Amino acid sequence: MTSQNLSTREWLLSDTPESRRHARLAAMYKGWLTLRGNHMAMIGLAIIVVLVGTALFAPLLAPHDPFVQELGNRLQPLGTEGHILGTDTLGRDILSRMIYGSRITLYIVALVAMIAPIAGLLVGTVSGYAGGWTDIILMRITDIFLAFPRLVLALAFVAALGAGIENAVLAISLTAWPPYARMARAETLTIRSSDYISAIRLQGAGPLRIITKHIWPLCISSLIVRVTLDMAGIILAAAGLGFLGLGAQPPSPEWGAMISEGRRFILDHWWIATMPGLAIFAVSLAFNLLGDGLRDVLDPKDSAS
Amino acid sequence: MSTLLDVENLWVKFPTRNGVFDAVRGVSFSLGRERLGIVGESGSGKSMTGRAILRLIRSPGIVEAGHVSLHGDNLLDKSEKEMRSVRGEKISMVMQDPKFSLNPVMTVGAQIIEAYRLHAKATKAEAYRKSVEMLEAVAIRDPERVMKAYPHEMSGGMGQRIMIAMMLIPNPEILIADEPTSALDVSVQGQVLSIMDKLVKDRGMGLIFISHDLNLVSQFCDRVLIMYSGRIVEVCDADKLHEAKHPYTQGLLGSLPRFDEPRDRLQVLTRDPAWRDAPSVEGRT
Amino acid sequence: MASTHYTPKRQPRLPLPSWLKGTLVTLASISVTMLGLLFVTFFIGRVMPIDPVIAVVGERATQEQYHNAFLELGLDKPLITQFAMYVWDVLHGDFGMSLLNARPVSEDIGRVFPATMELATIGILIGIILGVPLGVVAAVRRGSWIDQIARVIALVGYSMPIFWLGLMGLLLFYGILGWVGGPGRQSIFYEDMFPSVTGMILVDAALARDWGAFKDAFSHIILPASLLGYYSLAYISRMTRSFMLEQLSAEYVTTARVKGMSEWAVIWRHAFRNIRVQLITVIALSYANLLEGSVLTEIIFSWPGIGNYITTALLSADMNAVLGGTVVVGLIFVCLNIFSDLLYKIFDPRSK
Repeated sequence: MTSQNLSTREWLLSDTPESRRHARLAAMYKGWLTLRGNHMAMIGLAIIVVLVGTALFAPLLAPHDPFVQELGNRLQPLGTEGHILGTDTLGRDILSRMIYGSRITLYIVALVAMIAPIAGLLVGTVSGYAGGWTDIILMRITDIFLAFPRLVLALAFVAALGAGIENAVLAISLTAWPPYARMARAETLTIRSSDYISAIRLQGAGPLRIITKHIWPLCISSLIVRVTLDMAGIILAAAGLGFLGLGAQPPSPEWGAMISEGRRFILDHWWIATMPGLAIFAVSLAFNLLGDGLRDVLDPKDSAS
Repeated sequence: MSTLLDVENLWVKFPTRNGVFDAVRGVSFSLGRERLGIVGESGSGKSMTGRAILRLIRSPGIVEAGHVSLHGDNLLDKSEKEMRSVRGEKISMVMQDPKFSLNPVMTVGAQIIEAYRLHAKATKAEAYRKSVEMLEAVAIRDPERVMKAYPHEMSGGMGQRIMIAMMLIPNPEILIADEPTSALDVSVQGQVLSIMDKLVKDRGMGLIFISHDLNLVSQFCDRVLIMYSGRIVEVCDADKLHEAKHPYTQGLLGSLPRFDEPRDRLQVLTRDPAWRDAPSVEGRT
Repeated sequence: MASTHYTPKRQPRLPLPSWLKGTLVTLASISVTMLGLLFVTFFIGRVMPIDPVIAVVGERATQEQYHNAFLELGLDKPLITQFAMYVWDVLHGDFGMSLLNARPVSEDIGRVFPATMELATIGILIGIILGVPLGVVAAVRRGSWIDQIARVIALVGYSMPIFWLGLMGLLLFYGILGWVGGPGRQSIFYEDMFPSVTGMILVDAALARDWGAFKDAFSHIILPASLLGYYSLAYISRMTRSFMLEQLSAEYVTTARVKGMSEWAVIWRHAFRNIRVQLITVIALSYANLLEGSVLTEIIFSWPGIGNYITTALLSADMNAVLGGTVVVGLIFVCLNIFSDLLYKIFDPRSK
């Protein structure tokens, strides 16, 4: 029977995959079906899609230029003509600033999500695979970074490097990699001692091949879950740094910085700080929901619910 | 023989995403002051039957039956609170692996004393004395030391004897032993079984012995129920097991190696779907 | 078949009792971690684009003054010597002078730390008192409405920026309803009205029997403490739930039921007893997080604690203060970890 006779769906759900690619696609499709059944995860995914869309089409969506000040029109309340979410202290349109702010959030999240897990994966697998002194030293370093409170360490790094988005990304990554390293090491240790790794080694595979071709792929799924769940933390940390004036610098419309600007007027003009906060909340909630759903699909043994 | 327990048309159901799964499908049997074996493979519903009698099936699982009566008293009509004075005091249960069935962070003594004091109005000192006696009865040397020990410090055989002591201390009338020896070393299995057997006999109790081991059950019990896929397919006296008529029982017996009939190849059990659908045999005497 | 025998790796022979060896290993690993901690702060201090000499002598110092201070700070010595000097100083509780107020940083930290501790302690108490029972009930009544509520509480806690929630709290309870005191630890009226003994205002006011001041301090602390409490509640209840679920499916729980125990006793006397140890670790971690993670909360509520101190120092490039604060917070973190390990050993019979 060839795959031409079947619909794509049947081909994907076949119990007898004909190739590795087929098996992989089938597994992904089944995972997707499970995930699709999880309404909460789908809501999360929808919010993230909206976020990405907003960031991509910010210039088209924003009703105003986020940087243009209109001092005569400052501190307008919600529902003002032309400014649905009102204006801030300098008369800038809050909605437009929030729309542009999604770009910054996405930028930070994407960068940290690239740097921290990869760094952690490298350290963890090398440590777990090599063992001995390499393991002891690398794990000590990991422990030292874990011993620091995350935000305080990030603060100290930003202080040393100077305020700004790139440095905030670097600082958050520096504090975010150790848990990944721990996780990757634990996985490597279990995988390393399994029989099929011995079999591969007997066939003459070197450490590099074993790590990249056999250990990394198996770490990926738990890593993805962890990254998704971590996203919320990254967003909150970035916003926190922005709020403290150590992340994105004015006049950049970063959400945390916007809350900081609105803080002084919280009692009389509450919406200035409220709206960006809601945006942060919605986005990190979305990542948490999606992460929970992904965990059920990819890592069922860890799922608590 | 007086009947202690009578089970009529017992069902255990678990609602799942793909409809209701019936773990036990209409089982009826009775138990006197005897040793009744329930044999079957994994998933045959034998453990569920044992747990359903004690009403230990947790939601979403559902237990339904015509009746499950103890001395004519239907246990299914009892409130959860009334049920508590049945559990332990009237019917008790020994589970498979003492490594998991004893609380790891409580001393052995505390757990046995607790079992006793739940049903007997006794002072701590009395309960302690009684517990030590009970440990002696299950052939534990140095019971005073064991009372202070934690379960992880015990071997499997000792753990299971402690479990038996704990379950028998309130003096129940029925003991359900759910694979009591399958987690143990072969060397201590016999010892644990003979201790259990002696105590059950001396006290004139009824025993439900759940196992997958046909030989063990035939040596140890008076009567055997053979379960398959949630139903009883055959009932016979233990000493007449080799005369069993049902093809499943014959298949099980045939798949066991025997010293007296060496064979090159053991029989492989072929399952007939009709067995699943055939009505349950009644296990009453 | 002696030749196929597998010889296990020879254990290094140390004529020490195992408990002593265990303690030594723990001590060694702690000191390595602490040394590493100091190295990181030292490193940050050195890569800072701030000249430590100018920080001491000021912008208008003469060449000679500058040079003397340079030598005095030991900046001519190799980095490793400088690091050793730094460790030596820290071990003696010397974090250098603060640039802002020209006082020893250690003194400043001693002054601000009680404020943080007071806040974090009330926060963690709220988290424990509400979070543990909530987690247990959510696990026992899995899938019920109370489990759903616990889930929502946790999700919101994991997703909401704490500084924003704090602002909203201030807006609602202080600005609109007027139920609580505003930012700060106490109203100006009560400042310096009673002696500072512990540095924790609630305790000091109680010691001085100044109940007016106590009430005032309470109205100031309750909102930020509840805020921190909410975040630790979210975490503690979630962890409690998952620990409990694991225990409730354990066989010994069935044993307890077979004995005829009430469900209440099964849950609290048997299952809960088994999660105590894990729970201690979670609570210690959560407390450590409150002690350090209250940075943003302290800023929002103008709370003069260590987080506020570090941030203020940071914004004015007072590096000694930043690093001193960071080291202290890191030390607390490590100490709490050791403490929870210790409790682990006491409470879990299997660890002996």
